[in-house]
Amino acid sequence: MVSIDIETEDGQREILRRMLTIRAFDTKAGELFADGELPGFVHLYIGEEAVGVGAISALEEQDYITSTHRGHGHCIAKGLDTYKMMAELYGKRDGYCNGKGGSMHIADVDAGMLGANGIVGAGPPLATGAALTADYKGEDKVALAFFGDGAVAQGQVHEGINLAATWDLPAIFVVENNHFGEATAMEDQHNVEHLSATAEAYDIPGFTVDGMDVTAVYEAVKEARERAANGEGPTFIEADTYRYEGHFEGDHQPYRTEEDIELWKDRDAIETFKNRLVEAGTVTQAEFEEMRDEIEAEIEEHAERAKEADYPDPSEAYEDMFNATVPEINDFAARMRADGGER
Amino acid sequence: MSTDTASGEGFSDTETMTVREAIRQALREELERDEDVYVMGEDVGRFGGVLGVTGDLVEQFGEKRVRDTPISEAGFTGAAVGAAATGTRPVVEIMFSDFMGVCSEQILNQMAKNRYMFGGKTEMPVTIRTTEGGGMGAASQHSGTIHTWFAHLPGIMAVAPGTAHAAKGLTKAAIRSNDPVIVFENKQIYEQEGEVPVSEDYTIPLGTASVEREGEDVTVVATQRMVGESLQLADELEGETSVEVIDLMSLYPMDTDTLLKSVEKTGRLVVADESPLSYGTHAEVVARVQEEGFFSLDAPIQRVGVSDTHIPFSPALEEEILPHADDVRAAIDRVV
Ligand SMILES: Cc1ncc(C[n+]2csc(CCOP(=O)(O)OP(=O)(O)O)c2C)c(N)n1
Repeated sequence: MVSIDIETEDGQREILRRMLTIRAFDTKAGELFADGELPGFVHLYIGEEAVGVGAISALEEQDYITSTHRGHGHCIAKGLDTYKMMAELYGKRDGYCNGKGGSMHIADVDAGMLGANGIVGAGPPLATGAALTADYKGEDKVALAFFGDGAVAQGQVHEGINLAATWDLPAIFVVENNHFGEATAMEDQHNVEHLSATAEAYDIPGFTVDGMDVTAVYEAVKEARERAANGEGPTFIEADTYRYEGHFEGDHQPYRTEEDIELWKDRDAIETFKNRLVEAGTVTQAEFEEMRDEIEAEIEEHAERAKEADYPDPSEAYEDMFNATVPEINDFAARMRADGGER
Repeated sequence: MSTDTASGEGFSDTETMTVREAIRQALREELERDEDVYVMGEDVGRFGGVLGVTGDLVEQFGEKRVRDTPISEAGFTGAAVGAAATGTRPVVEIMFSDFMGVCSEQILNQMAKNRYMFGGKTEMPVTIRTTEGGGMGAASQHSGTIHTWFAHLPGIMAVAPGTAHAAKGLTKAAIRSNDPVIVFENKQIYEQEGEVPVSEDYTIPLGTASVEREGEDVTVVATQRMVGESLQLADELEGETSVEVIDLMSLYPMDTDTLLKSVEKTGRLVVADESPLSYGTHAEVVARVQEEGFFSLDAPIQRVGVSDTHIPFSPALEEEILPHADDVRAAIDRVV
């Protein structure tokens, strides 16, 4: 059973809910960052919701994903808790990583979320490894790697795909082509029109789908999952999408115009999918608005609570390095302290 | 269960074997013991490893457990990290440590950092085995001794056996560890023989050094090939200078207590390790001993290593660059 059945009305409403949650979460994160509330930097997923939700909804609960620096959407689509995510953005102890990871490193390995990642292109080999575990243990699990169009220029992305293809591993590679790698256009980083051409070199199926259409992404990934689970190896999917916000918050975006962005907003994935559901009578406009308001209120509440939550104790900075006890860490810390730890 | 002694005391049943055989025995025992353990790397299967370490393992365990990979260090090292995070225990062979430049991203930012970054909510039971060292006329790109880089990187344990029994015990401990461990094997000692406990329970706890020979006048803390050379030297100096030889074995974590205890007794220290001298393994040993054992020292500490060069091809030049027993002897002469 897939984690969400798009054929059912409940499934459709859940897909809508997850896309709205991503939009609300990242809108709030953007505001908090602009207000100087959040440390570090945040990369927003707004505009790309159909890719994360479409892809992950077509997976099964037990499947793995690897993510990118723009990972909030993937986390939410995988069912992670938005309070714990907010707390992580604030660097609070309640966060997914106890405040050690932040926006770019949210992970919940038990939920199959193997980590957002600050290194462009590092995820595909990791997903190949998770797929290797599934294959090795004969478990019904697949691993899906999300990565950006910029990442496709990274060598290790290709190494990961080649290995998965050569070993027929249950992996799915999803490139989110949002047309920019930071400030440089996709055309200026690649010589191919469609990144799905990549698949040809590995003799695996490759498709380009409309990344603004959650159903199209869902269908493509569902097929890819079936192939993977049947031992037929990986699939490469390019989802054509767009990010509405800057690469990071505060990006003055000299590389595009307001009009460019408006063209994509006209095809907004949430709006389109909602209209389809309204037409089919699955939800009414009023129900949609109620759902959205409810989600926004919840995110608001989670942000408030995260803001009030405790920071980790400074001593926790020395924890979590190893499973084993390594005397060095605490010994060095004691020595470094101003009051001069004695040994 | 395991009595965990560095020198193999308590494991009276031993066999003479080479370092290469000791590592293979470790791999064989761990593959037998735990289904989740598998070996992968370039040519480790049918070919038996380019330096022959994995040997016939594929015949016993099959291609699923002893896997030949494409020539893509980033790909299969990264896959090992993902595989370890999801419940298996890969043992990766990087043919020559010089090639770790190619997969450094996966080691540096993924393998070493995941556990900490994720707030301790993942385990990373990866073992990487790799070969180091000159002496084979292999020139700069196949002779490097780079363990300092990785021992310096928080989040990774690094070990470097100097004897056959250390090779077996450390390899087994690395595989059983839930933390990432890199085993740095010096390729010149693969043929070196020694007594090795044959017990399957024999492991060496990570973070222990081994006093291989007791002495009174000077302590030589050595690694890898320098252990054997120092032991031989100590024999030659018998009656003249009494040399205590310690195999450091575990670069990180490091058994500072054993080093301090020895220096307390001898008052003199020579550190011998086949890596470049600047900012290196030697410096770490020196720093620790002087921080806590300064008043035990009767003479300045001496370092023996590579003079910050690469390893040249010509035998005449390579011989000049690599540290040997006579360099250790000269260092001892300077302080005793
Ligand atoms: C190896 C590496 N190089 C550079 C960066 C800096 N950087 C962060 S995001 C980014 C752009 C990535 O573009 P893409 O893969 O298309 O993802 P997108 O931001 O569009 O989601 C860059 C260059 C990095 N984090 N890692």
